[in-house]
Amino acid sequence: MTQGFYRVETIRRLAPDVLEMCFSGDTGAITAPGQFVNIKLKGFFLRRPISICDWDEKTLTIIFKAVGKGTAALFDAEPGDEMDLLCGLGNGFDVSKCGDRTLVIGGGAGVPPMYGLAKALLRAGKTPVAILGFNQKEEIFYADEFRALGVETIVTTVDGSEGVRGFVTDALPDRYDSFCACGPLPMLKAVYSATTTSGLLSFEERMGCGFGACMGCSCKTKYGNKRICKDGPVLEKEEIIW
Amino acid sequence: MVDTKVVLSGVTLDNPVIPASGTFGYGREFAELYDINCLGTFSFKGTTGDPRFGNPTPRIAETPGGMLNAVGLQNPGVEQVIAKELPRLGEMFRKPVMANVSGFSVEEYAHTCARLDREEQVGWLEVNISCPNVHGGGMAFGADPEAAAAVTRAVKAVTTKPVYMKLSPNVTDIAAVARACEDAGADGVSLINTLLAMRIDLKTRKPLLANGTGGLSGPAVFPVAVRMVYQVYEAVSIPIIGMGGVSSAEDVIEMMLAGATAVEVGAANLVDPFACRDIIRDLPRVMGQYGIDSLSEIIGGAHNG
Repeated sequence: MTQGFYRVETIRRLAPDVLEMCFSGDTGAITAPGQFVNIKLKGFFLRRPISICDWDEKTLTIIFKAVGKGTAALFDAEPGDEMDLLCGLGNGFDVSKCGDRTLVIGGGAGVPPMYGLAKALLRAGKTPVAILGFNQKEEIFYADEFRALGVETIVTTVDGSEGVRGFVTDALPDRYDSFCACGPLPMLKAVYSATTTSGLLSFEERMGCGFGACMGCSCKTKYGNKRICKDGPVLEKEEIIW
Repeated sequence: MVDTKVVLSGVTLDNPVIPASGTFGYGREFAELYDINCLGTFSFKGTTGDPRFGNPTPRIAETPGGMLNAVGLQNPGVEQVIAKELPRLGEMFRKPVMANVSGFSVEEYAHTCARLDREEQVGWLEVNISCPNVHGGGMAFGADPEAAAAVTRAVKAVTTKPVYMKLSPNVTDIAAVARACEDAGADGVSLINTLLAMRIDLKTRKPLLANGTGGLSGPAVFPVAVRMVYQVYEAVSIPIIGMGGVSSAEDVIEMMLAGATAVEVGAANLVDPFACRDIIRDLPRVMGQYGIDSLSEIIGGAHNG
């Protein structure tokens, strides 16, 4: 983990309440897709944890949805702003635990980290298949970016306004040998039940610090107590206790 | 050259800055970030007789100028702390450490303190009789002078280490509890623990925390803490460790003027992991700014006569 100031380079609105923000700064602490940053916001005491969508040596991209006052305040940011970030938090997805044909399942605000994961799987010579779930057509983002990687990409919408009608679990292919998932808790539970292979699931929890100090985000697993921020957010399917 | 040293029950601290229990774990997460030997000492995670998972999540909520927590004393239990955490702690930290102890009965407090009494690196016992987030223990002991005195006596009987009783602000007269601890033999008092508080989610119309209530900390409570340290300083002659929303070198000095011999920093560590390192770095400059040559000389400086 590093702490530093990062400069907002570009901001792009992807959907009515979804923003993509690209920062420049030290990304040396990022070691795996699925890790997150913790952003200090003016006027708010606690930082806001947001998953890293993509990164290279000098830049990192986050995508987030306005869900509360903090994330809504981030919508006021402008290119050139400097922000205080804790970078490279959490364990992220361990690509070595993924099979050759891994399902990369993202639901809504859980889609962003799956993009960096898809890239990492491709780099490791594996073939990810993306299943991206949204409520409706207007909320869809990044499907084209996944396709641009050359990744087979299936979109689902709850109302059927685009792609497969229903949930991500309605679009599971017959053949895959592992899966990774990030999304709302009901989606993770459904994916857990519907999948037949081992897999990795990324969880969300209200956090105090984001780096393992406060025990604010603890959960019980079959392998003992874990902190979502430090020992997670990615847990193995086999260890999860619902 | 200014002097930041203070003496806490016979042990000299390089500076009065102490990360508060529950915001610093057993030191490991911070030792990855900076050399924690710059600290005066630190108060490790509240330890109980048995392992505890704590409360269900969400355990954290934001407030104006602070936060609520209802962690509920998650810790591996005193035996694991002695077997695993203290040896690791000794590799990262070469100064005496403050052992924070909590419990659900007088016997449990005494047992845990007796176990930690044998640990060489433990310099002080900080006995938490003020956790607002557990039921049937914690704050119940700190809310009543008699009960606080009973825990103090039981702990003092099993240890030769200095005992600091950590007091609750959720009382009508904190000075009375402090006096009861002093009369029962406490070597010092620590204050304040968090203030009992609540947030409600407008969408669900239910408390944000799974536990319902939680403890408020952060800059919002700083003036309350200063006031209580000031009051307790007038009531007792044992040293006070002051805490509650401290986030800068200026806050440390203010707390010492109110009567604190040493100062703990809590919530600030969680939003800025380098908070304590930076406060220690800033202290000499801020001391210079206010004409302070020696920190130990300003303790209680706000009191007349």
